[in-house]
Amino acid sequence: MSETASRLRGKDLLGIADLDVSEINLILDTAEAMKEVASRSIKKVPTLRGKTVINLFFEPSTRTRTSFEIAEKRLSADTLNIAIAMSSVVKGETLIDTALNLEAIAPAIMVVRHASSGACHLLARTCRAGIVNAGDGTHEHPTQGLLDAFTIRERKGRIAGLKIAIVGDLLHSRVFRSNILLLTKLGADVWACGPPTLMPPGLDRLGVHATTRVDEAVDGADAIMMLRIQLERMQGGFFPSLREYFTVFGMTPERVRLAKPDAIIMHPGPMNRGVEIASEVADGPASVILDQVTNGVAVRMAVLYLLAGGGENEAAA
Amino acid sequence: MKLLLKGARVVDPASGIDGIRDVLVDGDRISRVDTSIPAEAAAGAHIVELGPSLVVVPGLIDMHVHLREPGYEHKETVASGTAAAVAGGFAAVACMPNTNPVNDNASVTRFILKQAAAANLARVYPIGAVSNGSNGEHLAEIADMREAGCVAFSDDGRPVATAALMRRALEYAGMFDMPIIDHCEDRSLAGEGVAHEGFHAAQLGLRGIPAAAEDVMVERDIVLAHATGGHVHIAHLSTAGAVRAVRAGKSRGARVTCEVTPHHFTLSDERLRAPLIYDTNLKMNPPLRGDTDRDALLAGIRDGSIDVVATDHAPHHADDKRVEFDRASFGIVGLETAVSLCIDGLVHAGVIGMGRLVELLSVNPARILKLPGGRIAPGDTADITILAPDLQVIVSAAAFRSKARNTPFDGWPLRGGVAATFIGGRVVFANAAVSQAAGLERREV
Ligand SMILES: [Zn+2]
Ligand SMILES: [Zn+2]
Repeated sequence: MSETASRLRGKDLLGIADLDVSEINLILDTAEAMKEVASRSIKKVPTLRGKTVINLFFEPSTRTRTSFEIAEKRLSADTLNIAIAMSSVVKGETLIDTALNLEAIAPAIMVVRHASSGACHLLARTCRAGIVNAGDGTHEHPTQGLLDAFTIRERKGRIAGLKIAIVGDLLHSRVFRSNILLLTKLGADVWACGPPTLMPPGLDRLGVHATTRVDEAVDGADAIMMLRIQLERMQGGFFPSLREYFTVFGMTPERVRLAKPDAIIMHPGPMNRGVEIASEVADGPASVILDQVTNGVAVRMAVLYLLAGGGENEAAA
Repeated sequence: MKLLLKGARVVDPASGIDGIRDVLVDGDRISRVDTSIPAEAAAGAHIVELGPSLVVVPGLIDMHVHLREPGYEHKETVASGTAAAVAGGFAAVACMPNTNPVNDNASVTRFILKQAAAANLARVYPIGAVSNGSNGEHLAEIADMREAGCVAFSDDGRPVATAALMRRALEYAGMFDMPIIDHCEDRSLAGEGVAHEGFHAAQLGLRGIPAAAEDVMVERDIVLAHATGGHVHIAHLSTAGAVRAVRAGKSRGARVTCEVTPHHFTLSDERLRAPLIYDTNLKMNPPLRGDTDRDALLAGIRDGSIDVVATDHAPHHADDKRVEFDRASFGIVGLETAVSLCIDGLVHAGVIGMGRLVELLSVNPARILKLPGGRIAPGDTADITILAPDLQVIVSAAAFRSKARNTPFDGWPLRGGVAATFIGGRVVFANAAVSQAAGLERREV
């Protein structure tokens, strides 16, 4: 039996860490309704008409920004995209200065991507607008976690009890941090796999099985979630070469065969083909990578709606 | 001028005293300590009735502070830093050389001493740089700085960069029997870390500084101290491994001493999550460590492996802290919270007694830096701190004498505080709350 809240408790979405199970279910259920909007011929509802959403990106990310922008447009919000190179921050304007200047426009929501972990928390404490974390440093990327959970639930009908293997650079991945929190809260059996040099300490305390043996991680898995290897990590000496990485950790058709026959393959993108994932797997029948992109818009619509468009919030505004 | 401090508990481990005593001060010296000094023996003295709830101890000495002058006067000056010191019960402070310019030559040392004389509050003992510009290459003019008044040498803010430099510094300063104070951190392991490498930093996505970054450097320094016969003092040690290394080094005869800060024995890295997540007032170097490290620090304080409590008082302007966690400056202020944290967290918590606390805060820093003080005996300079162990204190950053407010302890209720600080027989600080509640008042005979 799934428990579902009627609204979110906070004005912000900073991370999965702050959500309880009923709030997570509320977002996922709302996203289902939003996905229905996308199947109509006119893919637009007036929910956020007259409200301004600012996409404040201190780090370039075309995929995430575009997904949020489409979600905002489908909800009829006025959107403003602001990209700030870190160099202009170095010149002296602080993050707080920037945000307070933007507050003069009275946005309902600021969607923020930033290279520093915790930057969104700093803004949430300072700003009246709701803050949606679109990725902060190596901390969290909550809407990516939610769209991954949505995709798994859509394909498998449930999350509790599934074996989910997450493979790749665990240390630097905000997607990983959001996903382990979310999937363990929803009762999945999560296996984390990567080179020991890219494994954060304390995984066991998060209720995750940690292993460096990829075959063990994918054995009998219902879903395999690949993480992107940032190519500059090789220079950092975390592993010897991309070639060796693919040999030890790359997702090949042989390894996929160890998973359940109906297992799904996921990747948050953008992919390095031939580094973390073989093209046959990325483009194969088990891949749900493009579904993740589609579902990303529905989940982001749900989050924006619940934070800025919900009846109670409207009355308060 | 004479001063008679009557009826307080005197704790002076150097003289073996822990009991109710009267202390007679004549001019800038202590002239008599006795169970009872009759008024007629103290003719003309101001009599201060203290009573047994107050504790008279040798003036406290903080052997690790950053006064920021010259170069960063917007963060702190010698005057504001020494005002904070006396309000915190410290009669003397030793200041680190990472100013701008670095205190790596006698002219900077003399400038700091001139500013200290002008402020005329806590005694200031400059610590000179080990290397020119603290850049880890060439030995600075150690003999010249010693002549000008430096009491030890350190590249604090950074470790002594190489084993070869450390070896030469220990040998060269050893000629004067002076300690090298090292900020122990292997930079190749610490990398761009901003918090203790462990569960909490991993979950918060903060780059980690492993405990091993400290441990390997402490081991290096102890090996070199043993090999050269020099004296190494480990600054702000924070890990269980460092405590173990110091304990082992002492037992095999290396000349190693060490200090711990109140924040490291009070807090652990779990604090990064609550009550405020990513609070930049919890960003310091070394970082707040894990609970087992904190337990090891308390054990080291209890068994004597740790010699000194020092604050590593690191004042910063608000602008340096109101930013993203990984962009914030490292360090917190400590002078005005140290005594309360020590009395509350060590004495009332049953870790140590008052005598051992006085060793940590006065006797041992004086011994390590070869300073006057650390004792209340006839003939000694009358540097005296009066503690109020039962005083209920609410830490108020807004009321700090320091220019800086960067503390994670703002609003903390603590039991224990400072009643008064005397330097050379002169009252430089008196706590108004205590003068009323505990009868700290001067009367003519
Ligand atoms: Zn240091
Ligand atoms: Zn320091």
